[in-house]
Amino acid sequence: MQTLENTSRRSFMKLAAAAGGGLFLGFNWTNSSALPVVVEAGQVAAGSVNFNSYLSIGIDNIITIISPNPEIGQGIKTAFPMVVAEELDADWKLVKTVQGNLDSGAFERQVTGGSGAVPHSWERLRKAGAIARHLLVEAAANRWKVPALECTTDNGKVFHKASGKSLTYGELAEDASKLTAPKEVKLKDEKDFKLIGKSVRNVDNHNIATGKPLFGLDFYREGMLFAVIQRPKAFGFKLKSVDSKAAKAMPGIVDVVTFENSVAVVGKSTWQVQKAREALKIEYEKQADLESSEDHNRIFAQLMQNGEGTVRRKNGDVESAFKNAAKVITSEYQCPFLAHSPLEPMNFFAHVKEDGVELVGPTQTPDRARAEAAKIAGVPPEKVSVEITRQGGGFGRRLSADFVTEAVHVSKLVKAPVKVIWTREDDMTGGTYRPAVRYKFEAALDKTGQMIGYKLRGVGMNAGNSTREDNFPSGSVDNLLIDSVDHKSPITTGPWRAPITNFLAYAEQSFLDEVAEAAGKDPIQFRLELLEKAKKKPVGEVKYDIERMIAVIKLAAEKSNWGKKKGVHQGFSVYFSHRSYVAQVGEVVMEKGKPVLKNIIAAVDCGIVINKSGSLQQVRGGVVDGMGHAMYGNMTFKEGAPDQRNFDGFRLIRMNEIPEVDVHFVENGISPTGLGEPALPPTGGAVANALYKATKQRLRNQPFIQEPSFKGIS
Amino acid sequence: MALLKLTINNRSYSADVAEDTPLLWVLRDNLGLVGTKYGCGIAQCGACTVHLDGKAVRSCVLPVSAVGNGKVTTIEGLSEKGDHPVQKAWDEVDVVQCGYCQAGQIMTAAALLKEKPKPTDEEIVATMSGNLCRCGTYHRIREAVKVAASKSK
Repeated sequence: MQTLENTSRRSFMKLAAAAGGGLFLGFNWTNSSALPVVVEAGQVAAGSVNFNSYLSIGIDNIITIISPNPEIGQGIKTAFPMVVAEELDADWKLVKTVQGNLDSGAFERQVTGGSGAVPHSWERLRKAGAIARHLLVEAAANRWKVPALECTTDNGKVFHKASGKSLTYGELAEDASKLTAPKEVKLKDEKDFKLIGKSVRNVDNHNIATGKPLFGLDFYREGMLFAVIQRPKAFGFKLKSVDSKAAKAMPGIVDVVTFENSVAVVGKSTWQVQKAREALKIEYEKQADLESSEDHNRIFAQLMQNGEGTVRRKNGDVESAFKNAAKVITSEYQCPFLAHSPLEPMNFFAHVKEDGVELVGPTQTPDRARAEAAKIAGVPPEKVSVEITRQGGGFGRRLSADFVTEAVHVSKLVKAPVKVIWTREDDMTGGTYRPAVRYKFEAALDKTGQMIGYKLRGVGMNAGNSTREDNFPSGSVDNLLIDSVDHKSPITTGPWRAPITNFLAYAEQSFLDEVAEAAGKDPIQFRLELLEKAKKKPVGEVKYDIERMIAVIKLAAEKSNWGKKKGVHQGFSVYFSHRSYVAQVGEVVMEKGKPVLKNIIAAVDCGIVINKSGSLQQVRGGVVDGMGHAMYGNMTFKEGAPDQRNFDGFRLIRMNEIPEVDVHFVENGISPTGLGEPALPPTGGAVANALYKATKQRLRNQPFIQEPSFKGIS
Repeated sequence: MALLKLTINNRSYSADVAEDTPLLWVLRDNLGLVGTKYGCGIAQCGACTVHLDGKAVRSCVLPVSAVGNGKVTTIEGLSEKGDHPVQKAWDEVDVVQCGYCQAGQIMTAAALLKEKPKPTDEEIVATMSGNLCRCGTYHRIREAVKVAASKSK
């Protein structure tokens, strides 16, 4: 398996052309109605295209596949080509993958977010491979003068069993390129998959393990300048005045420029601009409230009590249900702001020229980067090119384009190619955090322990709708009211891996544990009863698949040997997000009087697993991430300024703190859904519920380590 | 500014930089050795780990003037063909997700195995806990170090 990294589309075409002709299959990754078109090498090289992406087969048997979506660690650059290669019956050892650059004429959804790439492209990728295979078979049949039906394919070759003949795809590519692509093509029966479902190693393993320049921060160009930016030190400040005299006089400094509320120090090396930035004398003035964490707690309490909520879902008569309840359980849960902390900090390269802009760097939304750059540079979007690099994590942070617009501003002002670099401190104090949220849950039980009423209010800091009103247990409770209140804070927020559900799932699953206990029921049995109810007598619309949820619950119960392990305290959690279903069991054992989280068992339904190895990693990584931030993650503020500035203050989970993570996939043959996010949301609940079983202490606020009750048990 | 001579990956380099410049930025900005990563700048994450005379050090807090005649090894020089047992184990175990921290992880692991070819599980965890992986690939990092240890002579 070879990898071509950062090959621009043009050079890819050249490469393809240089291979001396062959089959170029343009296929639409995004629009299932568009027909695949076969074009000749010459056409591709000339760029005369009105379709989208290319799969090429060279006469040297090398198959090149462009993966258009940004790779941030979710494994798309390996998974996408696997799907094409499966239907093509390609020899995986001869597949090269290329990261596509932004090309909106070609691709509709070049976004990494919402765990959406695989469900979006599954059929399209399969068709692309299947059509190419069909053409190769037809070319072989023509050459051998045998019916195409008598030909078979395997491992990059077409075979004719009766005559014992075979030809490689490379030998057939040119002939195949002259044929007309079929409108419809039969896809493989899933039981015949040879590659999908296997463990395939990440296509960039070798380049990563040998330190090749893959990431945005690794992009250097002759004559490129470096810039660091001083942003307001507190949320709520704006720039008043800048004295840059001392900074400008420092070695290696080319210029200091100001735009919006930012001051950019531009120079010849990263270290020089960092040092010179310290010499800036900047005055700020207040333009909004300078909020501290104590203010947030006060605002949470006020809005929880008196805030005017936006009703998100209402079923039945909640008021009567609570009035008639035999038992009412009420509980509140709160989470802090969080930085995303991708290990590669924000950075971007921009070169604003007379007639356009060149952008290179790590972004989850290259189209947004282009649109913003075009506005600032005053050029039409088609004059902006975006090269997508490999990205050192994203977690939602790179969905924003703030770091791109900075690079464009600076390049425009200094009239030179510039790379803007954020230090870790810039990254951590620069905002677009996971919003802080507080929830209040109320449940009404009747005499038999049935949940007859359910209320949830979410209060968020720039969280928008902090609930997911149609998720479980909605649909299973006769009387239900879900609303949310949002506080507009000067502290900026943005999507953070599994937006909202990264915290809501924990809060809800912990609360349901409380309700089950109050009802005197086993936590799993309690949930299964609710799901049975939703199945038999659904209340309002049910927007999750009840059977799939039941299946992961049962699988987790079976694999964890639920309730039957002596000396092991188990906690349960299940959640549906981003189209996938994940149930988890946390296991705590008391050692020397202290609880130790030993194991998390995860049962996952993401439909068909494309890459076993990559999928296992996504689930383990999601669990580790979910646990780490639930345990330790915390951003606090004093008068608008973040208290945590680097990894000494903002604690991330380390190897000595992880439990074992035991992953099981449901095999149901359903079309695959994404895995970048869904494993994370249930983890906090599984951990908190297991710790509760062991200690009888509920953990209702994150981070857990700061809970008074946690101090008693740790 | 001072013209400093450095020995990196058994090659001689010179760089005209301020003496307080961290080795990390000299490697990246001046010498084009970008395999060594910036993650935090305060020796908390380990992404910048290189070897100085065979020992793992954090290049983000090591002033280049302190390197002296020491021999520096970066990820690019760990092996000629990328076939150091640790590099091979990283592929075999399929460790990476985003991959950004992994050069530092590999350099930390390689230094550990040089000092202790057969580390205990506790020694592996204690050493590797100094390196952050934001994607959470810790299970496989641990496994890959064991695989590398089992294959080294």
